[in-house]
Amino acid sequence: MTNLIILPILIPLFTGAILIFLNKRIIAQRVVATISSICSVIAAWLVIQKVRTEGVQSLNVSSWDAPFGITLVSDMFSALLVFTTSIVAFVCLLYSFKSIGQEHEKYYYYAVYNFLIVGVNGAFTTGDIFNLFVFFEVMLMSSYVLLVLGGTKIQLRESIKYLLVNVISSALFVIAVAYLYSVVGTLNMAHISSRIHEISINGMPGILTVIAVMFLIVFGLKGAIFPLYFWMPGSYYAPPAPVLALFGALLTKVGVYSITRTYTLFFYHDMETFGLLSILAILSIIFGVIGAIAYWDIKNIIIYNIIVAVGVILYGVSILNTTSITGAVYYLIHDMLIKAALFLLVGVVISITGTSNLKNISGLINRYPGLGWTFFIAALALAGIPPLSGFVGKLLIVQGGFEGESLIGAFIVLMSSLLVLFSVMKIFINGFWGKDRTYREEEEAPVKRLLIAPVILVVISALYGIGSESILPYISQAADTLLDPDIYINAVLKE
Amino acid sequence: MEIVMAFVIGILFMTATYLMLSKSLLRIIVGTGLLSHGAHLLILTMGGLKRGAAPILGGNAESYTDPLPQALILTAIVISFGVTAFFLVLAYRAYQELGTDNVEEMRGTQKDD
Repeated sequence: MTNLIILPILIPLFTGAILIFLNKRIIAQRVVATISSICSVIAAWLVIQKVRTEGVQSLNVSSWDAPFGITLVSDMFSALLVFTTSIVAFVCLLYSFKSIGQEHEKYYYYAVYNFLIVGVNGAFTTGDIFNLFVFFEVMLMSSYVLLVLGGTKIQLRESIKYLLVNVISSALFVIAVAYLYSVVGTLNMAHISSRIHEISINGMPGILTVIAVMFLIVFGLKGAIFPLYFWMPGSYYAPPAPVLALFGALLTKVGVYSITRTYTLFFYHDMETFGLLSILAILSIIFGVIGAIAYWDIKNIIIYNIIVAVGVILYGVSILNTTSITGAVYYLIHDMLIKAALFLLVGVVISITGTSNLKNISGLINRYPGLGWTFFIAALALAGIPPLSGFVGKLLIVQGGFEGESLIGAFIVLMSSLLVLFSVMKIFINGFWGKDRTYREEEEAPVKRLLIAPVILVVISALYGIGSESILPYISQAADTLLDPDIYINAVLKE
Repeated sequence: MEIVMAFVIGILFMTATYLMLSKSLLRIIVGTGLLSHGAHLLILTMGGLKRGAAPILGGNAESYTDPLPQALILTAIVISFGVTAFFLVLAYRAYQELGTDNVEEMRGTQKDD
């Protein structure tokens, strides 16, 4: 029992509430938001250290004993994700100061921003399946506001579609939880896991397979796996760069986290659902890569790369051996960092050129060498060139694929890296090399200041790759908990 | 009783699906409302429709109702209420800005703006 693990949820929550009252005082908002963001990072770091030394931490809210009350659980997997979320949130906040504009800032941008972090951190931390739904809704509600804030035509149009898709998926989530409750009679995730284990001695009952597939649909809609990613390229195209970076780095990863958590904790008895997950993951990789190569729009190229990454991570999860799960956890964190960095860099490019169409951009590296090289490193990291951070994760996932005798999947992951590299190099070659052009908005963009945020992320990501040896114990601990649900169950239900 | 509820829920889902497949934004919103109503009733039914005393410790009744589905349904209702309110405002704003409530005309390509 420790109250520490609730801090990464509480700090942004109170900050958001305070920021609502400061809505006309921009400087005050920025100061409060920055301080609280740093506090969140520190709190998340302390949680990691606590979990590292003392194992899985759980907190029974209001002292209602598990499994009766709502429980918050922080194992290494969720602690790492909360920490990464806090870092990404902090960096995107720095970027927002220079780019988002006064109109946004006066209309509760920072407040809603913090509520989004509440939802994301809450979803990572909660140990109660219905509470997960509630935190999903907190996160989604904030994302609706962030998506539509600004009120341009494209934003309104895309928000409606995004909202409709998510309302339907929320309804499905409630239905899935209702089915699950009728089968196991509990909502506490650890308790559900142990009850499912009791009734699955002779194989998992069919109804649970149905529930597993329903969860896959619900979380797959959030996480944008094949064939449920149809809404993403349109909706993510609309918002401004820092919001896009947050969405791309965090929201889809919450879906991926939820799939990983429910599948490894509840449905590990039934390897057929994992087979389904594996097939969908591979198809996500293939379709994501096709999209990334086909488009000539820098935003769309990176957006389709989200789908590829989701596929790679879930493929690692679906193999379910130590190597592949370690790889998946490693790659998940890498992808959160590098996607945020890439979207921020795309934001910088758009602020210089005023367009995201690659055919109208060229020769940026002549006048913005810093931007060019940062993008280059980020692109290499995304594709997984050693020693940058994408390499270790992909290596472990592919190795796990070979160990699990899933040769086709491992091969496709390998091939996809090549095509991902091609898709981002296309941006580099066409956008940064070539003839220098003058752009309409060139005078306005404070490029050097905007670059600070993505550079921080790229440096963190590079360190994450180079220092992977020293980070590995943390990642392995996360993988161990995912592979052995008993660790999780004992930590929650012992008290 | 559960069978009757199952039919009610099924009809709600059916109507919701029909409404959401139409082109008018308002009908779609009504559809999402019905969809969440169906989901809420489903939670209540899934817990088993029992008769009995209120679930308070120390009572001497023979059977108690299950409080958990009621707590869940309450939370879910509040959330769907908020989302529907937001959706209505968004639809109105979109109607003002785009001049249409027909989703067919909201397709557009990214180059329009």
